[in-house]
Order: sequence, then structure tokens, then C-alpha cells
Amino acid sequence: MTSLAPRTRPRRTDEPARIPQRDSSKLGYWLYLIPGTLLVGLVIFYPIVRNVRLSFFHWRGGRAEEHFAGLDNWIALASDHEFIQSFKNIFLVIIAMVIVPTLLGLIIAALLFDVVGRRFGARLSSFLRATYYLPQILPIAVAGVMFSWILKPNSDGVLNQFLSVITGSTVEVNWLGGQYSTAMASVMVLMIWIQLGYPVVIFMAALQRVDPQLYEAAELDGANWYQRFRAITLPMIQPEVFVVALTTTIAALKVFAPVFILTNGGPSKSTYVPSYYAYEEFIRGTDKGYAATIASAITLVVVVVAIIFIRVQNRAERKEA
Amino acid sequence: MTAVAQAPTPVDTTAPTKNRARPRTATEWILLIAAILGALAIVFPMLLLLLNAFKSPADYANSGPLQLPEKLDLTGIRTFWETQNFPRALWNSVFISTMVSLIAVVVSVLNSFAIGIGRVRGRTWIVLIFLMANLVPQEMLFDPLFKLYDKIGLLSNPWSVILTFVVIQSAFGTYLLSSLLGTFPKEILEAASVDGATRGRVLRSVIVPILRPTLSVLMVFFFIWTWNEFLLPLAFLNTSDSLTVPLLLEQLNGERQTDTTTLIAGTLISVIPTIIFFLIFQRTLTRGITAGAVK
Repeated sequence: MTSLAPRTRPRRTDEPARIPQRDSSKLGYWLYLIPGTLLVGLVIFYPIVRNVRLSFFHWRGGRAEEHFAGLDNWIALASDHEFIQSFKNIFLVIIAMVIVPTLLGLIIAALLFDVVGRRFGARLSSFLRATYYLPQILPIAVAGVMFSWILKPNSDGVLNQFLSVITGSTVEVNWLGGQYSTAMASVMVLMIWIQLGYPVVIFMAALQRVDPQLYEAAELDGANWYQRFRAITLPMIQPEVFVVALTTTIAALKVFAPVFILTNGGPSKSTYVPSYYAYEEFIRGTDKGYAATIASAITLVVVVVAIIFIRVQNRAERKEA
Repeated sequence: MTAVAQAPTPVDTTAPTKNRARPRTATEWILLIAAILGALAIVFPMLLLLLNAFKSPADYANSGPLQLPEKLDLTGIRTFWETQNFPRALWNSVFISTMVSLIAVVVSVLNSFAIGIGRVRGRTWIVLIFLMANLVPQEMLFDPLFKLYDKIGLLSNPWSVILTFVVIQSAFGTYLLSSLLGTFPKEILEAASVDGATRGRVLRSVIVPILRPTLSVLMVFFFIWTWNEFLLPLAFLNTSDSLTVPLLLEQLNGERQTDTTTLIAGTLISVIPTIIFFLIFQRTLTRGITAGAVK
């Protein structure tokens, strides 16, 4: 309270913003981290520690005793057919949640921005963008129920009725419960439907950063649309492509709800994804230690993938600089 | 839907007017139709709901899903309304999502004040620790948290979900605001300090007002993300009084005796709140998604 003037401190030009302090310690700032740290410790790190510890035990749950298992669970996991199948499905999930939406998103964003926005009016393009984004804010449970209604087996289902009308003969495909291929394909279609709007919106925002003069110059030089897209658009919006790829890959590795709602992992566990497997083992399994091992393994994979992505990004940024 | 169309976007500024002078080519018309067909494919399932929610059970059984209802029939909607406590679920969802968005924004601001302005030591690691909340799959959390909330009597209490999602949502908020505040103009902070403002005062009267637009975007996002959550609410909320909208619908879907028209009507009603937020927040939303993408 006594001295109002900031102390003179040696200051580098790149020094970040800082409130000049009356005392030189930064202790005061740590106080602001207390609520957040307590919360994240309780809700995130307490479960992580408990589950990682549990992965070295056998435990039936409830009041049963825990038995130390060493690496048993982890060794069993490595040769667990269901776990491996669930990880194979993750590649299909990545196709449906990362690759297809990113590629389609690039095309749709370019289409809406370049053609619809510039030639037919910004209002129409922003309306269409909003429509593509709508499934992103729909609760996934609601979307799932909607899709399972459409995909009902027997002649009851919307899709079956639809196909019956087109083909002229009764179609009764059990899309979700019949066989692996149609069940997994249905889950993937739902994922693409949900995910598509996210890259569309991000890429369209990115396109607005690109200087329109670049395009005009390229146009004058006689570059066609595809050449402009490859030479200007793609390099300019690369950071956004990266962010979309990172966030959707992490979401794909953790995916749970679409499988839970559409197929319940069936038919005969073929559409299991790792998260669903962990959930099932926690709820119905006989060894919660094993369930904790599955969950810990997923966590490990997600963290490793996130670190790799961020490293690659940092390296790319350094190269540019 | 007009509100969506009327929202001005920055696309306006970039569209060179001279481009419009040249007549639209056939290719451009084809591409426009392709874009519209794509958008139609996206809303098609929702249109199907709308078309079938107002059919009587008999009408539904006898007609194809693409046929118009014989006459407007509210049986499905009435059955859904009478058998399910939808207003209660709606209230639970609104209460949980509102609390999460308010508290999570406060926590994000406090965290990022220490990290972005205070530049506390090891801040990169601290951000990473908070980000763990976003990386960890929810199966990792649900069993230990279930026991924890059971022990302290929070099961089937909305606060179990609120507490959990405050942490999960504020991870993103902390990350975003920390990088924003890292570049906060120091002249403003120095001026406030010269005027004798304490740290808490600077945060309240200088930083929060300047951040307000970003904070409101964050709040909208936290609200919708929490609204849509499924697994952890499913684990923690077990009484019929505590269900959220997605849980209510999922439960209805699981009941064998549920009549199809009731289910369709329930789905349609569950979509309505989402459409309302969407119309209200359309502009904030699109601004917000891009806020997180690239610093």
C-alpha cells in the first residue's frame, strides 16, 4: 500500500505481461491455482492412481479381497482376443471419425467458401455450414436412438422399408444385430454424420485468413481450381488440419457412446471398441483389476498419441520459423 | 431457421464483388446442388423424425416412413409426456449444464490467471496436468468416482456430475485462456498497478471484463458439451428423478414395451432444446469453435 510505483526491474523486451509486484515473490499467484488443483487431483488423478494400482491386482469388486497379481493382467491383455479385436476396430473408427470427415470437410469447406460463398452469396453458404454443423451439438444419445430407429431390423425399419420400395421386394436386413460388417458400417456412418460439421466449420474459418489476392493472382496466371486448392489453400490451412486431426484422433481412441447406443458391442462382441470393453468389464466382469488394466492401457495410448502429435507439430513449427 | 441464414459472417468481406459480375456457370450450379444435397443428407434423419412423430400408431404401422401422416395425431407425444417425466429431466439437464458452465469458467479464469499472467514456474507442465482431464478416457474415471461419490452420498445427486464436468471442461478453458493471457498487453496491467490495484482487483476489474467475449463463448461450449454427456451421467445418476435428457431417452429406448411412435416423439422432443440453443447461439458457436483451433 505504501509504494504505488512499480519497482524498477531489469526487463527483457520479450518478457511477457506481468503485474509489477510489491514483493518480488510470485507466491500470490499460486493461491489462484489451489481450487483448480484440488479439483483435478480429486476427479482426475485420484481415479488414475487407483486404476493404475488396481491393474496389478485381481479384485472381484465389492467387499472381496484384492490379490496381488503382478503383471498378470497386462500379460493377459496382450493376448486377449477381444481386446485386440477392439483395437482393430479403432482403425475403422479413425477412418470414420478422422480421415473421412477431414477429407470430406476439406472438400465441403472449399465448396462452400469458394463456390457457394463467392458466387451465390455468403448467407446461403453460412446457412449450409450451420446445417452441416447441427449433428455436432445434438446429444449423441439422441442421435443414436434416431439411427437405431432408422436401422431397425425386419420390415419395421425405415431403411429396410425404403430399400423395399426401391427394389420392389421385401428387404429385411438386421443392420445392427445381424453381422459384423453391417453393424460396424452403421456405427461408422453415424460417426461420419456426427463428425463432419467440425472440420467444415474450422476449415471455413481458416479459409477466411487466406488473402483473396493470392487466389486472384493465381487465377490470372491461369491456375485451375484444383491447382489453386493444392498450391494455396492446403498449405495455408495446414495448422487447422493438424488441430482437427489431433482432436478427432483422441476422440476416436476414447470413443464409447455410438457403440453403446447402436450395437452394444454386438453382434457377439465384434463391434467392441476399447472403451466399451473396459466399461463392460467394470460393470459385468468378474475382475475389476482386469477392467482397470484395459482402461489404463487406453489412457496410455491416448497420452502417447497426444505427445507424438504435439512433438510433430512443434517440429513443423520450428522448421517454418 | 431464418435466424441461421441471417447471421452475418466474415465471408461477406472476402467475397470480391466483381466476381459476381460474371454469370454463374453450369459447373457452379452443379456444385451448389451437390452442397445442398449434402446438407439435406445431414438433416434427413431429423426430417424423418418430424414426419413420423405426428402419426397415430396405426397410421405409422400402415404407412411408409416417407409418407405424410394421414392427419396430425398427438398420441405419441402425449404418451411420451405422460409416461416420462420430461420436464424434470429438462430441469436436471439445464441445472447441471448451467452450473458446470458457470463454475468451470471461474476455475479456468483462476487457473489461467496464475499460468498466463503470473507465469508461475513449470507452467507448461501445469497446463499439461490440467489437460489430462481431456485426455483420460471416462472409463478410467467412472469406477473410482462412483465409489467416491457413493461414500460421500453424492450418487444420483446432480452435484456428482457437476463436480466431475467442472474439472473436465475447465481443462480446455485453462488451456485456451492461458495461451490468450500469455500475450495480454502488459501496459494495461502496469497502468492498473500504478493506480494501486491489487492482484485480485486487476483480475476482477481489468482482465475479466476484457476477456468477457471469450468467456461467454466458453460458457456456451461448456453448456452444450455438458448437455450432451452420456457415460458419466449414466454411471452417477441412477434414480428416475435425477435423469438428464439424453439418459431419459436412452432409458426409453431400452424399454421393450416402448411404442415406436412414442420413441420417435420423445426423440423429436429431445432434439428441440438443442435446436433452440443452436438458433440462439449460432454466431457465438461458430466464433467459439475457431477460437480454440489456432492461437
